Amino acid sequence: MTGNGDVPDRSRRDFLKQAAGAAVAAPLPPPHPTEQNYKPSFFSAAEWAFLNAACARLIPEDELGPGAVQAGVPQFIDRQMSTPWADGGIWYMQGPFIAAKPEFGYQSALTPKQTYRIGIKAIDALCQAANGKPFAALQPAQQDEMLKQIEAGTLTSPEISLKNFFALILKNTQEGFFGDPAYGGNKDMVGWKLIGHPGVRADYLEWVGEAKPYPYGPVSLYGKRG
Amino acid sequence: MPIRNKPVDAVIVGFGWTGAIMAIELAEAGLEVLALERGDDAHTVPDWAYPKVVDEIAQSARNGLLQNLAKTTVTLRHSKDEVAVPYRQMGSFKPGQGVGGAGIHWSGVHSRVMPEELRLKSHVTERYGRKFIPAEMQLQDWGIDYDELEPHFDRFEQVCGTSGKAGNIKGVKHEGGNPFEAPRSNEYPLPPLTDPPTSRLFAKACVDLGYKPYPLPASNASRPYTNPYGCQLGPCNFCGFCSDYGCINYSKASPQTTILPALYRKPNFTLRTNAHVLRVNRDASGKQATGVTYIDAEGREVEQPAGIVVLAAFHLHNVRLMLSSKIGTPYDPVSGEGTVGRNFCYQLINSVNLFFDPDVMVNQFMGAGGVGQAIEEFNADNFDHGPLGFIGGGVIWGRQTGNGPVRGIPVPAGTPLWGSGWKKAVKENYLHSGRIESQLSNMAYRGCYLDLDPTYKDAYGEPLLRMTLNWQENDLLMSEYVGAKLMEIGHAMGAKSISGRLLKRGSSWDSRAYQSTHINGGTAMGSDPKTSVVNKYLQSWDVPNLFILGANVFAHGIGYNPTGLVGGLAYWAAANLRSRYLRNPGPMVPA
Repeated sequence: MTGNGDVPDRSRRDFLKQAAGAAVAAPLPPPHPTEQNYKPSFFSAAEWAFLNAACARLIPEDELGPGAVQAGVPQFIDRQMSTPWADGGIWYMQGPFIAAKPEFGYQSALTPKQTYRIGIKAIDALCQAANGKPFAALQPAQQDEMLKQIEAGTLTSPEISLKNFFALILKNTQEGFFGDPAYGGNKDMVGWKLIGHPGVRADYLEWVGEAKPYPYGPVSLYGKRG
Repeated sequence: MPIRNKPVDAVIVGFGWTGAIMAIELAEAGLEVLALERGDDAHTVPDWAYPKVVDEIAQSARNGLLQNLAKTTVTLRHSKDEVAVPYRQMGSFKPGQGVGGAGIHWSGVHSRVMPEELRLKSHVTERYGRKFIPAEMQLQDWGIDYDELEPHFDRFEQVCGTSGKAGNIKGVKHEGGNPFEAPRSNEYPLPPLTDPPTSRLFAKACVDLGYKPYPLPASNASRPYTNPYGCQLGPCNFCGFCSDYGCINYSKASPQTTILPALYRKPNFTLRTNAHVLRVNRDASGKQATGVTYIDAEGREVEQPAGIVVLAAFHLHNVRLMLSSKIGTPYDPVSGEGTVGRNFCYQLINSVNLFFDPDVMVNQFMGAGGVGQAIEEFNADNFDHGPLGFIGGGVIWGRQTGNGPVRGIPVPAGTPLWGSGWKKAVKENYLHSGRIESQLSNMAYRGCYLDLDPTYKDAYGEPLLRMTLNWQENDLLMSEYVGAKLMEIGHAMGAKSISGRLLKRGSSWDSRAYQSTHINGGTAMGSDPKTSVVNKYLQSWDVPNLFILGANVFAHGIGYNPTGLVGGLAYWAAANLRSRYLRNPGPMVPA
């Protein structure tokens, strides 16, 4: 897994640049991707706007702290689109695809990539029809209402199971919020800090026998401390 | 023309726990042994080195150590009148892949079997009468006694460095161990692990309710340990990455930590990875295996001649190989005849999350797969079933297996699944919730079986195995009864709310959420070739130089975790193969 978590962030690099003196002419490495300048490689501009808007409602920024967008979850999801999983590479994807009881699980031919592509288009079309605007341009309360209807299955599309779409984006948003920062989300380990998860410290022999607060902050796969 | 390799004395199909056990035993006997593994090679270092492996996205969210379902899976249905559909995404059970198999990503709970379970039909008939057995339930004895297996259970525990506290050594009861335990020849190799908060709360509540909790036997080492092969284990540090993960500390017993270093030193052993076995080959008489045919990494068909064939893959693949090799008679649920695929069973898992006040620190991120306290008052036939009207039971435990947020943060019932309400709930509950469960036996039924799917194929063009399985009235009655006890304990632990899955009458098997990988049956062992596929030595009734290991030889389900029984049976089969079969090849039990 290549990641950006080991690249110094902008302020640190600026500091280093200053410390080294302006006389150093060597060009700077490409800027560290952040929510401001990240260029999605899978999602189109319209899809990216949807993804950011939806993530902001699924895990909002609120009085408890940063939300999914501040944590870099859209970047996480975009980067996941270049893994074999996004093409259904770890799922059995041979037909025939037939309707079955929900207890037998996912029975669609759609891969995650296709689910995002078709699902976002379908939801934006529904928003356009109802409000004359795509999802991203709606007010947060309208977006929440839309998502609730999709979650409940009361808003449907002939193209795709919007419930399946909702399950995918919600799962991926939580993965990005709580997964290691190496994958592009959970920036500064905000997800772990929210709940008190120590990340990959993975060494609790002297703590496990006592029910008391664990005193240390999180550590990421790259060895950074949060 | 397929490639034809030079013959070996024994070929072992699959290289997880049972393959490793049989390989080292036969190699020690001097045989030229070849193991074929369809996955990749794997070692503690570098594959499970810290911090690489403690990655929830790679292992838990993307199934890093599990079977790639894109290549092969199974199909599912509830009854024979339904059309089965594929198990497309990992859910209810998690088969492994590669060297070590499911022995890498398992938890480590290491139990045996209750003696009466090995002769359950006789036992139930004696205690409750023949009419107590429901008409559709296919109970049968396993054709073997606990006492015959005991030295082999002991051996496997010595190999694994199992941590625990004996409740019964040679018939003498010992305080602090499982009061219902069958006689053991020795104390556990290592003392119990330290109890995490969930387990301590559970044990206290159980004592208050009059039960006798004991430390669950765990093959997560509580101390440094050197096993009989000279392989060394380090103490578990409760890292919280156990089930789904390879062990960073050489603490969890796996083929890699306990057997393979010794086996790899033997010049008469060879391992070939990326070798997917398609079928067992036989001679013209059909009564002698001549070897196996596999697909190699380049996709070529290869014939591997062998004097002895051992099926040691995971349950699903062992049964599928028997069916696709057309050995024995496939089970027919209408006539009730045939044996291959018969008595397919699983387990019923009631699993509830307990939510405590903020001053109760559970710290669910720490834990080990096997650590916990358990009670046996409702397992097997430890309680009087007469007035209850059902057969079977299971273990109730308070384990703390280690959980992280990508694996899912339990929240109280009624919490929104997203938005600020969800965010508040995960913050408030993550450090203050724990899980308790009851793991229950699934009996064998006429309508629950395995066969080949008529429609779906794997990446090699072979039919998928088809599972026909649903929960039956007897087992759901049992689940309701034990589930109520589970809830009683949960309340006594002081939980302010409890929510989760309790199977009750009307519940169907749901393949979506993880339950356990403890599927079993399909090539039952027994003393009657009409109802079993292998004899008590795990030797095929039809092909005497074919041996079949794994939980697929269970005659019906049990409440315990199966690995201790699977490993004990593998040592038993290997010991008899060495001491008896090699001296006098042929049927070890007259058919």
